[in-house]
Amino acid sequence: MLTKRIIACLDVHAGRVVKGVQFVDLVDAGDPATQAARHAREGADEIVLLDITATHEGRRTLLDTVRRTARELFVPFCVGGGIRSARDAEQVFEAGADKVSINSAALADPALISAIGASFGAQAVVVAIDARRDPAAADPVRDAQVYVQGGRRSVGRTVVEWAREAEQRGAGEILLTSMDSDGTRAGFDCELTAAVSEAVGIPVIASGGAGTVAHFADVFGRGKADAALAASIFHFGVSSARDLKTELAQAGVPVRLPC
Amino acid sequence: MRVVVIDYKAGNLTSVLKTLRHLGAETVVTDGDLSLVESAERIVLPGVGHFAATERLDATGLTGAIRAAIARGVPFLGICVGMQWLYAGSSEAPEQPGLVHFSESCTRFAESTEKVPHVGWNSLEVRPSSRLLAGVEPGEFVYFTHSYKGPVTADTAAVAQYIEPFAAAVERGNVMGVQFHPEKSSETGLKILRNFLGWNR
Repeated sequence: MLTKRIIACLDVHAGRVVKGVQFVDLVDAGDPATQAARHAREGADEIVLLDITATHEGRRTLLDTVRRTARELFVPFCVGGGIRSARDAEQVFEAGADKVSINSAALADPALISAIGASFGAQAVVVAIDARRDPAAADPVRDAQVYVQGGRRSVGRTVVEWAREAEQRGAGEILLTSMDSDGTRAGFDCELTAAVSEAVGIPVIASGGAGTVAHFADVFGRGKADAALAASIFHFGVSSARDLKTELAQAGVPVRLPC
Repeated sequence: MRVVVIDYKAGNLTSVLKTLRHLGAETVVTDGDLSLVESAERIVLPGVGHFAATERLDATGLTGAIRAAIARGVPFLGICVGMQWLYAGSSEAPEQPGLVHFSESCTRFAESTEKVPHVGWNSLEVRPSSRLLAGVEPGEFVYFTHSYKGPVTADTAAVAQYIEPFAAAVERGNVMGVQFHPEKSSETGLKILRNFLGWNR
């Protein structure tokens, strides 16, 4: 039986894992390669490394980080942040990533999705969408809007429509972050996740708002998510992805166990 | 152990190469040097993306060289599209023939309420006669990402269920294929690749 994936996400700045709220008050949380290997060992189904360094020198550091992280990692490995071109993506793949996550660059140039897919396959292209409900709309969920710049600027198109276009252009998966839920620990936006998941035929990874194990069960059930991002699962009263999955299995969610 | 990895410009080889090296193999990549295939101790044909890309194997003469190596008994492993190529062809690119080592053809998952592609960790029902999957216990999981698949036949080494039962692995003598990605399938995948590297007549 196909299982629901728990994806460990590492925010990386200048070659180090960092923790912080909305990218401020960053606290050093270790070496990316070590942390990724630990998450894989402790049952994460996949690793996402999100580079929040925006500088040119940062790119070179990132490639080195990807190379070191990929070396001993034998689960799917996705890298996002700062990928602006097919050349950027190619360098990240050559360093050992299996997938790239692209966000604002895909919005600026949607042909980037097919350009990367043509060389590396659709399965290697994850389109990340930052979403906010539109409280003024008749249907705030169906009309949820795509945002960029950390949720500060609306690009003037709906999430469902952009997810469909991304799929048509050859995206392999959608990584959907609810900017309304992100950081609240009050649960994923299950209505929004379900709306996107039903609108496309490719997997949807839910992100933003997890605070308890029940929130994960909820987004896999009601939210129809295929995978969920656990940015900092240690905040949820579980010590590892394995513990999280053990509790999810007890709640009837199909997960990869033992792992 | 020297493994010749075939590059036919279908996706990224980094993960496969890294994993084979991790397991102690020496890897050589070729996109058309037939002498490397002729002297290979093991051949791995990876591949993600579109079945049409296998046209390059015909154009470079690699198809013939691989067929000859297989006939000499060299262990061969196809991964993902590399496995599908072992069949007669795929409905993804009907004009492009496969190796026809297995006479059936690959088809897309049937229309259903489930999503296609099939992406994620799924469990295996391993047939006890499989040497490639020796030691893989019932219910162990491997990582898949694909929209096309081979049928369940007498040559199927493991079955997986998604929408319908399909061939997760195929094996006849020295010719083996896996629809999943052993290089991304944690300890289970490493065990399978070790079996391949250790395969002998």
